[in-house]
Amino acid sequence: MAQTQKKFDTTASRLDGVSLPECGAWSRNARDAALARVREMGLPDRRDEYWKYTRPDTLTQTDAPEAAFFDGDESEHYADVDRLKIVFVDGVFDVEASDNLALEGVKIDRLCAADQSDIHWAKEIYGVLEERGQTPVERPLAALNTALACDGILIHATGEVSKPINLIYYHKSTSSDAILHHVIKLDKGADLTVLENGPAAARFNKVMEVEVADGASFHHIRKQGRDHERRAVTHIFARLGEKSSFKSFTLTANGVLTRNECVIELTGDDAIAHVAGAAVGDGDFHHDDTVFITHDAERCESRQVFKKVLRNGATGVFQGKILVKEGAQKTDGYQISQSLLLDEDSQFLAKPELEIYADDVVCSHGSTSGAINEDGLFYLRARGIPRPIATDLLTLAFLAEAVEEVEDEILREDIVARLTGWLERRRG
Amino acid sequence: MAALDEVQVKEGVDQETVDAVREVGGAYKYGWETDIEMEYAPKGLTTDIVKLISEKNEEPDWMTEWRLEAYARWQKLEEPDWAMVDYPEIDFQDQYYYARPKSMEVKPKSLDEVDPKLLATYEKLGIPLKEQMILAGVEGAEDMPAEGRKVAVDAVFDSVSVGTTFQAELKKAGVIFCSISEAIREHPELVKKYLGSVVPVSDNFYATLNSAVFSDGSFVYVPPGVRCPMELSTYFRINAENTGQFERTLIIADKGSYVSYLEGCTAPQRDTSQLHAAVVEIVIEEDAEVKYSTVQNWYPGDENGKGGIYNFVTKRADCRGDRSKVMWTQVETGSAVTWKYPSCILRGNDSQGEFYSIAITNNMQQADTGTKMIHLGKNTKSRIVSKGISAGKAQNTYRGLVSMHPKAKDSRNYTQCDSLLIGSECGAHTVPYIEVKNNSSRVEHEATTSKVDDDQLFYCRQRGMDEEEAVALVVNGFCKDVLQALPMEFAMEAQQLVAISLEGSVG
Repeated sequence: MAQTQKKFDTTASRLDGVSLPECGAWSRNARDAALARVREMGLPDRRDEYWKYTRPDTLTQTDAPEAAFFDGDESEHYADVDRLKIVFVDGVFDVEASDNLALEGVKIDRLCAADQSDIHWAKEIYGVLEERGQTPVERPLAALNTALACDGILIHATGEVSKPINLIYYHKSTSSDAILHHVIKLDKGADLTVLENGPAAARFNKVMEVEVADGASFHHIRKQGRDHERRAVTHIFARLGEKSSFKSFTLTANGVLTRNECVIELTGDDAIAHVAGAAVGDGDFHHDDTVFITHDAERCESRQVFKKVLRNGATGVFQGKILVKEGAQKTDGYQISQSLLLDEDSQFLAKPELEIYADDVVCSHGSTSGAINEDGLFYLRARGIPRPIATDLLTLAFLAEAVEEVEDEILREDIVARLTGWLERRRG
Repeated sequence: MAALDEVQVKEGVDQETVDAVREVGGAYKYGWETDIEMEYAPKGLTTDIVKLISEKNEEPDWMTEWRLEAYARWQKLEEPDWAMVDYPEIDFQDQYYYARPKSMEVKPKSLDEVDPKLLATYEKLGIPLKEQMILAGVEGAEDMPAEGRKVAVDAVFDSVSVGTTFQAELKKAGVIFCSISEAIREHPELVKKYLGSVVPVSDNFYATLNSAVFSDGSFVYVPPGVRCPMELSTYFRINAENTGQFERTLIIADKGSYVSYLEGCTAPQRDTSQLHAAVVEIVIEEDAEVKYSTVQNWYPGDENGKGGIYNFVTKRADCRGDRSKVMWTQVETGSAVTWKYPSCILRGNDSQGEFYSIAITNNMQQADTGTKMIHLGKNTKSRIVSKGISAGKAQNTYRGLVSMHPKAKDSRNYTQCDSLLIGSECGAHTVPYIEVKNNSSRVEHEATTSKVDDDQLFYCRQRGMDEEEAVALVVNGFCKDVLQALPMEFAMEAQQLVAISLEGSVG
């Protein structure tokens, strides 16, 4: 489709004077192709159906809008978990703060180092899964990331990885504009957990491409930090082989703009993909979960569980899709998106879609929105629990279905603690 | 329908359902053609054609202006492409925009003067244009007691209304029921006030086109406090080749009134596709209620997708008054392409909108249909129940919007859409939009059978049914309820459809 003049201009102005990083042949080719895709598609604008509920202008403008960073005390994330730490400050790798990248069962490289070589295993994935994810819906900001990413982590898991890899993103500058691109490859039967936390930058564009081979398992937990003014657009592109498993959970508290896209292709039979998220927001919080799961093999299972708690005029968006291709028989697809609106001004905008071309499948989806249950509140208050605490209890109960998607008990408890903290701070 | 006989049906899908779909989607019964001398306006669409249509209908100047303005707007609009339907580009200049039987040149004063060939056409369709105590089109109606219900019919043949029955009797009750062309001439004050007030001229590509070239359709006005003494219906028949039908229906239910309106449509079997772009506007004042039922049975094209009607329809009800109510019921079995979203604007406080739809597509048919529930008033309620069934190589999409505006406090929506696929080459899709902008409203969208009423489930379980059986019973019972809510005139179609169960639905 031809671009509008406005879109063409926005794209041209964003790319004006942009130069691709110096790099070796494989990376150069991938980046050139991605840049061509961006020009071809044009950056998103308000008129795009896929951006109906979220304004992309602050994500596409040349400079990142300023964002103050959270400077308060915060307990260490994943403190009780033995993990390998990799630290980025405003999108720049911090050697001092990071652990040694050597770990059993896995090979870890930095993108900006691997970039320099003429050949690297990441060639098979870098920009490849992103490009696959461009149809049927265009995701130009992901292509922009592939072209411009200044750094990222390339993880090749060959077996059971002895401990989780923790990517930590600090935000220290009010005008930072970070673009990171990670590539994760799991060989047959490999098992890897990636933990992420932190707001990363005033504006953060992140892509994570994940190739999960037959029988491999990938676990992903992400916490998007407490900064209020930050903006983020993130994409996960995953391709799953036979009997493999992909499980991702995201906790978002605060953030003036967050768009988390997750694009998953189930290409091997009996694969499992679970994507879940809990988002709590206040005031000018705008949170958008956009998920696209394609079933292209038999007997696969997918789950999308997204819960949002919104107050003081916050906005929650959910765009979810299950596409079942012809022949993907015995698919089991589930999708639920719910929001709890704690006051009159908050809003929830959802588009939970199904597109099914196979007859022997079960796909259910549900979406609800409403206020706190008055009966539940009455029940608790009748038992002597003050209203604010009763409200928090019911809020946590509402979020439980999403939080329960986190299988590891320690990680789950940590998330519950952070949600409780968020609610308590607002109780005043 | 050979395709369905050979198809492997997924375990769990009711055989009765497959049979019913086969029956409904079987050989098209209304594919014959009436051999009658026709008069056409020249092919294509120009300002002159718009003027000509207006002239043929003996319209006042303000109406001609209205049409010309619409035509000017239409030329600037682009055909929408967001629906999940795929069809060759329509050449809007390769159509006739006006066709009427020669015998209608001089308007018949009463039904007795109408060309017998036309009367015979409707007789054959099961819609006799006689003022008699019968249930039109219902088998076994002759055995009904003499005081059986009356139905007034407005029959539209290509571009003109052939006649309207029971006009005198309705007049006694104060109800105006006539063709829209007659209303423009006889009741200009009402038409002027309401036409385009629900679906504005610039609403969308097809509605704008319709505003420019609509040739006929029905007009209903029910005065305050009147319960319309009989059901009203319009039967649309496309007969002429290469001719588009653009009908316009305007229904006004004044304060405290009630009317039930039915609509049926058929067309001959032809190799070329034909265009149908209708607009229905309903205005509902305080405490009034309108029930609008459609059985859409346009020619669907053959097994290879040759021919068939392209059905682009804009239907909207504006619940202006407090406590007003509208109920859309549609059974969509025909058309090669369906693009139709009967909507409710719930403006009055405590107003209610309901949408019940069964869409069945087979062979190469494509349907993209659903509803919009726009909640503006306080304490407004809406319910959407949509059942889509796809067989052969057909594509069936539910597309809907539920919007709760900030001021629509304490409102409620419940949506349930189920789809069923018969065979592995068809598709079923759901595209709901949900926009909630206040927290006292509750919105629920379900495409599963697990959310049926707990009390009903409990009742069934108590009587020894297992959970699955109980759910199936409640859900299918609900589907049947919807069908039984259809007026008697659609009993035949409905009876076939009652056999349809959504067991084994995909999502």
